[in-house]
Amino acid sequence: MSLALFIEQLLNGVQFGLMLFLMAAGLTLVFGVMGLINLAHGSLYMIGAFICAGVAAATGNFWIGLAAGVAAAAAAGAIIEVTVIRRLYARDHLDQVLATFALILILSEGTSMLFGPFPLYLSRPDSLAGTVHLGFGFNYSLYRLALIGFGVAVAIGLWMLITRTQLGVRIRAGESDREMIAALGVNIKALYTVVFALGAALAGLAGALVGSIQSVQVGMGEPVLILAFVVIVIGGIGSIKGALVGALLVGVIDTMGRFLLPRLFDLLFEAGRATDIGAAIASMLIYMLMAAVLLLRPKGLFPAHG
Amino acid sequence: MDETRKEFWLNAVLLIGLFATPVIALMIDEPFYVTLSTRVAIFALAAVGLNIALGLGGMVSFGHALYFGLGGYVAGIMAHHAFSGVPMVFGLSGSDQMLVIWPVAMLLSGLIAAIVGALSLRTSGIFFIMITLAFAQMAYYFAIGWPTYGGEDGLSIFVRNQFPGLNTMQTWNMFLLAYGALVIALVLFAMLRNARFGAALMAIRQNPERVAAVGISPFGIKLAAFVISGMITGLSGAMMADLNRFVSPSMMSWHTSGQLIVICILGGVGRLFGPVAGAAVFVGFEVVFGGLTQHWQFWLGLVLLGVVLFARGGVIGIIAGRERHG
Repeated sequence: MSLALFIEQLLNGVQFGLMLFLMAAGLTLVFGVMGLINLAHGSLYMIGAFICAGVAAATGNFWIGLAAGVAAAAAAGAIIEVTVIRRLYARDHLDQVLATFALILILSEGTSMLFGPFPLYLSRPDSLAGTVHLGFGFNYSLYRLALIGFGVAVAIGLWMLITRTQLGVRIRAGESDREMIAALGVNIKALYTVVFALGAALAGLAGALVGSIQSVQVGMGEPVLILAFVVIVIGGIGSIKGALVGALLVGVIDTMGRFLLPRLFDLLFEAGRATDIGAAIASMLIYMLMAAVLLLRPKGLFPAHG
Repeated sequence: MDETRKEFWLNAVLLIGLFATPVIALMIDEPFYVTLSTRVAIFALAAVGLNIALGLGGMVSFGHALYFGLGGYVAGIMAHHAFSGVPMVFGLSGSDQMLVIWPVAMLLSGLIAAIVGALSLRTSGIFFIMITLAFAQMAYYFAIGWPTYGGEDGLSIFVRNQFPGLNTMQTWNMFLLAYGALVIALVLFAMLRNARFGAALMAIRQNPERVAAVGISPFGIKLAAFVISGMITGLSGAMMADLNRFVSPSMMSWHTSGQLIVICILGGVGRLFGPVAGAAVFVGFEVVFGGLTQHWQFWLGLVLLGVVLFARGGVIGIIAGRERHG
């Protein structure tokens, strides 16, 4: 194992973590402000990826596709919020889980009706093809590096939005006392729609960006959704900072676990199956992390409400 | 007719209807419907298990596929070793006897449910939903990654496991086993609900602080209910593996967990026969719409959304009226 490989895996972990952050930020905002558990968040990720792939294929330009994907996810989020989600805020978590589970079925099957059963391919933009030299004879994929840049930029942008703008003030106020800000004359319904659409746009952005390093297919959102839930539970539900820390933890631990554990098991045990066992345990690692965090800090690392 | 009587008669119709369907199917020589009824019975059994945690205890477990899949893998792995003659771990030999496999499946499911429950019940609300999901995902990915028993491809059971005095390869006999297990589980559910244990469990769902204040520890009662719940779902998994003669990680997927909750809700959560009605609706939907379009889940989603938003008592609630408590 060379140092270059190690650094490459570490960067992959950071990149994965930042993409998870885009997903988790929306989930945690929606939960923090509206108290809603949204399983259909992964479907918005899928919509972003499909629209991006479709538009990029039609126009031949990745960036137009990306913009279209984000816009489509935001629009889908706003429509879903107004038609369905709005009726769920006052319900218990069980109803929310079920209704958004139903939305997953509808959106997944709907997508497969529209785009057919086969995966789409989204190629990365030409300007970001190839690798970049990072010194010490080490090359890294330019596109993945750009994803890291994107992730950091969005994290900063989101932080600015929450702390520095009028909308951010309202979002934070909505988190602490929704009746009060409604009484102060803020249109709480519109605020909820905006927050939901913002979360949807972030999910769509993640889907469109990741779409070109994976295949774009129905059901692609579900594994990511579950990881995003792990992230926000670790970070503390409702906390953007928690989502960032949790996402990086999950991204790096998952990637490094898959990379290192099989090798470690190979060294420790002689049996031929050691690598497989290492790989199997590596895939469970983040769930163990989540269980451990919940046991030590039942409200996550950065509890949002006291 | 008052609502309790209505629900009683509806239950009777469900119980007799589920038995009569395969009888009629055999008479008109349509064995497909016998297998289908077996599927309904096994899904209903799984959901009766979940109904104890979800309906009586109010514990929204989003990870019951774990026990379903665990039961399935117990049946698959024991049959695999019985077939090959190679001993399992610790030199234990496999078995192709259902009367051996079922207790093992239930004990193992109960043990895992005790561990998962003890850890998860420290949390509540959305955290409980997520941590039960996480444990099920852990098992799911382990099953995918573990190559000894087929990994992602799953494991076939070449010859269906044996039950003394019955030829289990005949669909009717398999139905009888599933139906018998379902009836026993329903009796157990009714007994639990009417016992002091059930009263305490339902009281905890409604107001844990008040229950704690009268000197009953909510944790122990909930954990016991969670373990019983997992054991019943584990048994159903072993039966489903035998019915399909196949077990795969998808039995443990979060889709399966979601389906089990959907079955409970479609039928009417917390009601004795809710899981039976829900399983019948679910499997019926799968067959009717699945025959018409490969996108049947789209329509299932719409129906489910409608039930959640507008008909919260499920099928039994629509016919027999809403429950007055809870």
